[in-house]
Amino acid sequence: MATMRPSAIRTVPWRLLGQIAVVIFCLLFLTIPFVEMVKAMIADPQLLARQLLIGVTNGAYIALIALGYTLVYGIVELINFAHGDLYMLGAFFSLSLIGAFSLTTETPWSIRAPILIVVLIATMGFTAGLNMLVDRWAYRRLRGVGSRMASLISAIGISFVFQNLGLLWGYLRFPFMNGVMGSNAVAPKSFPALLPSVNLFAGTGVRFGAKDLIVVGVSVVLLIGLYLFVSKTRLGKAMRATAQDRDAAALMGIDVNRTISLAFVLGGALAGASGMLVGLYNGTAVFDMGFTAGLRSFTAAVLGGIGNIVGAMLGGLLIGIISALSDQYISTKWTNAVVFGILVIILVFRPTGLLGDDTVQKA
Amino acid sequence: MKRASLLIVLVMLASMMAACGSLASVGGGDTTIKIVSSLPRTGSSKGQTDSIVNAIKQRLEEAQYKACDGKITLSYEDMDDATAAAGKWDAAQEASNANKAAGDADVMVYLGTFNSGAAKISIPILNQAGLVMISPANTYPGLTKPGKGEADEPAKYYPNGTPNYARVVPADDLQGAAAARWAQSLGATSVYVLDDTELYGKGVADVFEATAKELGLDVKAHDGIDGKASDYRALAAKIVAAAPDMVYYGGITQNNAGQLLKDIRAEGFTGKFMGPDGIYESAFIEAAGADAEGVYATFGGVPAEKLEGDAAKWYADYKAKYNAEPEVYAVYGYEAANVAVNAINTVCKKDRAAILSAVMGTKDFKGILGTWSFDANGDTSLTAMSGAEVKGGKFEFVQPIK
Repeated sequence: MATMRPSAIRTVPWRLLGQIAVVIFCLLFLTIPFVEMVKAMIADPQLLARQLLIGVTNGAYIALIALGYTLVYGIVELINFAHGDLYMLGAFFSLSLIGAFSLTTETPWSIRAPILIVVLIATMGFTAGLNMLVDRWAYRRLRGVGSRMASLISAIGISFVFQNLGLLWGYLRFPFMNGVMGSNAVAPKSFPALLPSVNLFAGTGVRFGAKDLIVVGVSVVLLIGLYLFVSKTRLGKAMRATAQDRDAAALMGIDVNRTISLAFVLGGALAGASGMLVGLYNGTAVFDMGFTAGLRSFTAAVLGGIGNIVGAMLGGLLIGIISALSDQYISTKWTNAVVFGILVIILVFRPTGLLGDDTVQKA
Repeated sequence: MKRASLLIVLVMLASMMAACGSLASVGGGDTTIKIVSSLPRTGSSKGQTDSIVNAIKQRLEEAQYKACDGKITLSYEDMDDATAAAGKWDAAQEASNANKAAGDADVMVYLGTFNSGAAKISIPILNQAGLVMISPANTYPGLTKPGKGEADEPAKYYPNGTPNYARVVPADDLQGAAAARWAQSLGATSVYVLDDTELYGKGVADVFEATAKELGLDVKAHDGIDGKASDYRALAAKIVAAAPDMVYYGGITQNNAGQLLKDIRAEGFTGKFMGPDGIYESAFIEAAGADAEGVYATFGGVPAEKLEGDAAKWYADYKAKYNAEPEVYAVYGYEAANVAVNAINTVCKKDRAAILSAVMGTKDFKGILGTWSFDANGDTSLTAMSGAEVKGGKFEFVQPIK
């Protein structure tokens, strides 16, 4: 189980050369645009504030999805490619429930708020259960046999299965859903605008809607809850132990399979929550929304240090803010390039991500 | 062993299907001519293409699937160039449709495509097969007009040198310019231009921008959007900060136009929103929800309910036959089939080259859109344009524009 330390066979200091190249590149090409950007930021601080708030809100739900990647990776070293699509199914499930409860913008708050909370919990339960079943039926069978590649490829397969489930979901026309799926199966589905969009900072020139606050608030509560669960409870301790050394954990009497299931359940629940939040926040759900969101969130998890919970939160926040600033001060066309460029730069200096630790725990 | 036998069965099935495929292409003799169409039949363009296909069938049924005084039997195949996984047209699917049509000796006319990006793929394939292609909906200028697109356009689409592509709709060099003039007459003095970075969307947005500048409108910026992004909130905040009178989006509904509009409105933009014919469909209104109200869209031609003469009769027949309102491109679907049938009648033989030159040489044709011709590039001589606005959840004709 020993890993060969890469430094033992390295003769050319590639990483150092890469770092020097990046520094030179940044100095040569990015200094002037950067100064221009800072000038533009100072010129209109209200706009900057608005973009930062957009970044934080988007970052909050990206972090929720990123945690699913990081929890699973931390414990079984599997990049769960199906995770983004699970988030999409969460959005579809919650939309169906919203239709079933016939929630509209006319529903009074005294009824709307409790039902939304029920829908949120049900959605989290649905995606958590689905994620657990996928682990049991697909990934667990491949664990420990053959290469890790087998699980990875089956995760890509599950991603296709989920995406097509989302596609089929669009064809559902049960009367109890009250027509929420619209008339065209493949077209984006419209969520009713159930969250209030009152501007909380009215009069200041900065826009921060009540619904932005709800998205951030729910995300933060879930993030803190997860953090406390993993760091303070017995089950959380079992998870950390399993992540550190599966065999030793099993010897200590930890039910490893159950602990791994737990990681899938938690990650799935968070994906469901963010699916519903994003649906209500953006107002749209479409069957292929999982791909982009998944890519962004996976990037966030890697940026923060995959396997590290706080890192995923930080990564999500950074990606959200960087995207918003890039949309404003560079161009939307370049946003993906900027996000991934920054990822590359950070990985050149810190190959394990911002908060990932260097110690090799597993072989 | 079970698996091995399953594999053998599969291989046998596959080879049988391949054999059937090659048998079919041997064809139905000299008296059967096949017309195919390649349109996005899956995804949210389906509403539009349903009515195009209906109109094509309507024309063929009027001819009772016969041409040349009954000597030739016509058949029709409705091909799909979209895939469910893409939710819109797909390059590989369009290439496969074009190759299939090119390889089928019975196919004499290829009707399509809906999206200009798809035409870019199938024109060269069909060109090498000498098969004529008539589009009821492509509007990107570079497909036919020298000097209106990239430097090597349109020559690069016609590798054998003979143009084989014609379209019955006016192109975007007309539409984009007309949209800019209409924007000005609606009172806009500053515009923010967006496009979906596709061939069609960027093309029409570029023309719009250039014309707007000529007219003296203040073009705040021109950005391309990622059609797969989950939201456009940051872009929307940028637009609101730039405070234009109007946002112009060059692109199609299927590249997230509904989400874009929702986000722009959610950020508090109260100005006008205009798009080209790519958003002139009910799918856009469904995707944008209540925010679609008041959106302007331009398109080539006149809306069905405003048509006069033969076209008015067509409109009444269509409604009677299909019990539905035709979408905006249905009339062009009919006219494309009309030109094809007319060319087959003129030539009266099963010969790709002859039919091709008959279609391309269409002059003073009395179609339902009026009397018109194809010019040397394959463009229609019609230039009528209309402007529409969303009122009460559907597009309503406002005025003719030019």
